[in-house]
Amino acid sequence: MTYRPQKPPLPETTEELRARIPGWGVDLDPADRPSVPQEVFDPGAYGARWEFPERQPELLPRERSIEHAFLTPVFGTSAPLKGFSGAVRRYAYRRFSEGRAAHWLLLVAGDRLDVLESTVGSYASKHPDNPFAETGVRAEFTHHGVRSRLGRGRADVKHAWMDPVVVGGPWLAAGAGLAVGATALVRRLGRGN
Amino acid sequence: MRAMVYRGPYRVRVEEKDRPRIEHPNDAIVRVTLAAICGSDLHLYHGLMPDTRVGMTFGHEFIGVVEEVGGSVQSVKPGDRVMVPFNISCGSCFYCARGMLANCHNVNPNATAVGGIYGYSHTTGGYDGGQAEYVRVPFADVGPTLIPDWMHDEDAVLLTDATATGYFGAQLGDIREGDVVVVFGAGPVGLVAAQSAWLMGAGRVIVVDHLDYRLEKARTFAHAETVDFTEHDDVVVHLKRITDHLGADVAIDAVGAEADGNLRQHVAAAKLKLQGGSAVALNWAIDSVRKGATISVMGAYGPIPNSVKFGDAMNKGLTLRMNQCPVKRQWPRLFEHVRNGHLTPRDLVTHRIPLEHIAEGYHIFSSKLDECIKPLVVPNAA
Repeated sequence: MTYRPQKPPLPETTEELRARIPGWGVDLDPADRPSVPQEVFDPGAYGARWEFPERQPELLPRERSIEHAFLTPVFGTSAPLKGFSGAVRRYAYRRFSEGRAAHWLLLVAGDRLDVLESTVGSYASKHPDNPFAETGVRAEFTHHGVRSRLGRGRADVKHAWMDPVVVGGPWLAAGAGLAVGATALVRRLGRGN
Repeated sequence: MRAMVYRGPYRVRVEEKDRPRIEHPNDAIVRVTLAAICGSDLHLYHGLMPDTRVGMTFGHEFIGVVEEVGGSVQSVKPGDRVMVPFNISCGSCFYCARGMLANCHNVNPNATAVGGIYGYSHTTGGYDGGQAEYVRVPFADVGPTLIPDWMHDEDAVLLTDATATGYFGAQLGDIREGDVVVVFGAGPVGLVAAQSAWLMGAGRVIVVDHLDYRLEKARTFAHAETVDFTEHDDVVVHLKRITDHLGADVAIDAVGAEADGNLRQHVAAAKLKLQGGSAVALNWAIDSVRKGATISVMGAYGPIPNSVKFGDAMNKGLTLRMNQCPVKRQWPRLFEHVRNGHLTPRDLVTHRIPLEHIAEGYHIFSSKLDECIKPLVVPNAA
């Protein structure tokens, strides 16, 4: 045991393991495993016939990390920046490196603004959001919502009662704060007249 | 085309989107025949990954048929059945030239700390993913590989990430003959990591989780011992007790950002998003292994700082190893293992969800309903 030199004995011998486990030990040699060593210089190994790839046309201004020397030659074009959330995200990329907390916190703020803008905007479009359908909670009734949780000892079930409060609470608090502030402002303006 | 679209935390839907087009001479357009939802997609779904935009299509595990190729593509042609690694790699940058295909520097303008991944927020490059009828596949000469005739489609789709990552997790543990290996998390990656640990000669494999049906799968699929952490006041002490108070030689974190088991960490990280993830499993790994052990981190975490117990890791002389899996480098060996029956990925599949029911699919997987382990997504055009 730990307080003496020898390693504790294993419950099964090598022979027993080999008999019980399909393929036991077929990759025993650590040097003969894939991706070993991690770095092997072989620029022709993976199909590239270029030293630097041809550049993808930048049809819309594309945000990038300031830790990059330039826009990478290939990039994704899903969901280009738009609206107020786009301005926040653009600022996060332009101003802060990946090493700065502000970079990521602004991007998270941009995410929440994007959801707000997009959800509100959807009601002026042909495809309004249906938050109930989009959460997929219908599956609770078709895929054993109760039976999957009760009496199973699941750790997440123990705090499920507080999850809506924890997740929704900050939003409700922010909304209440805005409402209180707006009411106070209206009253003050009213008194001023 | 029809495609899954993110609408906000816990909300997705299927909508009509423009079919992707060739944007670079080495692009291909692939008609998706089978995709999967990955546990790491749930981090996006829950709003944990910065710069996850409304309108993005998720999905980094998919196979399909090449529909169209750009002018410079030579290795695949329309009609080919291909499996596509979740990594997008140029094949020629400093990292790709050294085989670090998960760390390509030429495909992700949004961040230098991570490579390109399909459908995984703009933090990994802003590419739409494969939970759709069609997907753009950049660097078609580097990533996609023809699906061997003998391979089952469900094995092929699981080899694009979960199986390769699970095996890679065991590999980074640097397992030696007779090692005691603890795997945290009995999801698809953890289960494959446990199965793979035996191939590398482990003497004992112990899987830790809290979901009874997944622990049962760990016993039957991965032939492992299991620990339900909810049955123990302190799982670290329990793991010490069952290893003669020494601790495991190797631990594999196959949980990542939304680990449960510590209320403060889980609420602060997974619910309030105040950290880049809940490091409960990683901290259990650090505290429960023996001094000098190796910890392999396969769980995904966000870029915001985490509360990780580095003091203990330092004092115990631990080796922490981690990376996204360079899928294509793993494939030749993994193809052998699947063919020989040493790895059996498709045994993990529990649900096959039509694309039109994607919202229910995400909810089932996220809430662990119906004993869900691995849900596949079947596009309409498949």
